[in-house]
Amino acid sequence: MQAYERVQKARGAARPTALSLINAVFTGFFELHGDRVFADDRAVVGGLAQLDGAPVTVIGLEKGSSVKDKVERNFGAAHPEGYRKALRLMKQAEKFGRPVVTIVDTAGAYCGIGAEERGQGRAIAVNLMEMMRLKTPVISIVLGEGGSGGALALAVADEVWLFENSVYSVISPEGAASILYKDPAKAAEAADSLRLTAGDLASFGLIDRVFSEHNDNFERAFMDVKKELRVTLRKLCGLNKEELLELRWRKFRAMGET
Amino acid sequence: MLKKSLFKKPNIPLEGGAAPPPTLKCSDCARQIPKKELAENLYVCPRCGFHFRISARRRLSVLVDDGTFQEFDAALSGKNPLDFPGYDEKLQKSREDSGEKEAVLTGAAEIGGKKCALFIMERAFMMGSMGAVVGEKITRLFEYAAENRLPVVGFTLSGGARMQEGLFSLMQMAKVSGAVRLHGEAGLLYIAVLTDPTTGGVTASFAMEGDIILAEPKALIAFAGPRVIEQTIRKKLPEGFQRSELLLEKGFLDAIADRRAHAQTISRLLGLHEPRNFDEHKHKED
Repeated sequence: MQAYERVQKARGAARPTALSLINAVFTGFFELHGDRVFADDRAVVGGLAQLDGAPVTVIGLEKGSSVKDKVERNFGAAHPEGYRKALRLMKQAEKFGRPVVTIVDTAGAYCGIGAEERGQGRAIAVNLMEMMRLKTPVISIVLGEGGSGGALALAVADEVWLFENSVYSVISPEGAASILYKDPAKAAEAADSLRLTAGDLASFGLIDRVFSEHNDNFERAFMDVKKELRVTLRKLCGLNKEELLELRWRKFRAMGET
Repeated sequence: MLKKSLFKKPNIPLEGGAAPPPTLKCSDCARQIPKKELAENLYVCPRCGFHFRISARRRLSVLVDDGTFQEFDAALSGKNPLDFPGYDEKLQKSREDSGEKEAVLTGAAEIGGKKCALFIMERAFMMGSMGAVVGEKITRLFEYAAENRLPVVGFTLSGGARMQEGLFSLMQMAKVSGAVRLHGEAGLLYIAVLTDPTTGGVTASFAMEGDIILAEPKALIAFAGPRVIEQTIRKKLPEGFQRSELLLEKGFLDAIADRRAHAQTISRLLGLHEPRNFDEHKHKED
């Protein structure tokens, strides 16, 4: 499949969103709202859930389902308060010693006046620093689109997982095409050049695992994720904190090392 | 349609004398400033205070104490990890245009007699965009500073992540942020000085991670650039939006720092972070 076809699948109306993964993989999701500073950003959902009875903090970038829901969730494009809410919940997980699972699905952090005035750049930057040193295991699952800094702000993790048609990129193919070729219609070409598919990213060692979509059978794909979470979280929870943080740092430190 | 050139002054040579001194036009107040005067004023408009963009080497020469700069990783130069079409040629051209191997200079230096680790980003190399080499050089600088217990002073200037390096470039944000954090955990100071323009992935990582964040006047500081926002919201942005003065007002900067006082300001801040005891003897003298 061409890279751009995967981009379209990752964005497709049929693609499940973060909440469907949360409800399929975990039990008893209890949502926690707000960043305690400015607002509750509905593009980010977060809260408590259980996996085999064990408490987990889950946080997702949620694009929404109905038209009304999508609008309320700003199509999964978070504002600074969304990233601050995510960080608040991660620090809470660290305090109570439970692991964090994040679900990434966003075209990117929102580009607008309010987002800039309230410090979009600072909010993302702080998450990157804090996640690198969060003293509890973190697993990030890119469910659909992983759009640039707005995705990375939830994905500085011990392991980063993608589905076979998930994409993760520094810039959208349309954005790259309009800058490089002055022609957004050349997005397919740009998508190829950006090497944003799960397979390519795994071959570069930039992500850790790729899950089959079983021909769009996400029910099954989510069960695979659940199985793998059990194994990986048990392994990561067994490490001492220094070891865990050292391995996380070494992983990112090696990216693009020359 | 009227052509703008109709309103331009005709370029009539001065009578019977030497050619006028070469000038540069201030893009803020539009006055023509003699090049020599501008250079003596560290490329700050002497009339309106506008800060012209300057190269990393020029900034280095007006900032650090003479003969103290020791450059690191000067030979480190970019590769093309994705085999991105046209990128090799672009790198080659940027090397020729800028005379630099990559978009950041790093090294150890003294500013007003105070030792520090220093990085300065370079506009002429792909608008200071951050690829793997930029991320690697800055990461190594923070590691060096942590090992040698030195503060870091960093001048940011960037169009953002370097898209020709795809996700490798995005991951530099995480990598540098980790290095900043580890340096900080060692109790060491990082001063970020944001210069025009600081945008995208650099704003969303180490530009906004300083213990102290300064900016040159009227610098564009943004996550999303103004053009992208205008396209998204289909509205014109207000005057002065995303400029240093507004960021200061909104609480994202510690201070706006005039380039002509940078060496003084930075050495003073570095001095305030040197370990000192409250001196009993001095107290008695008061």
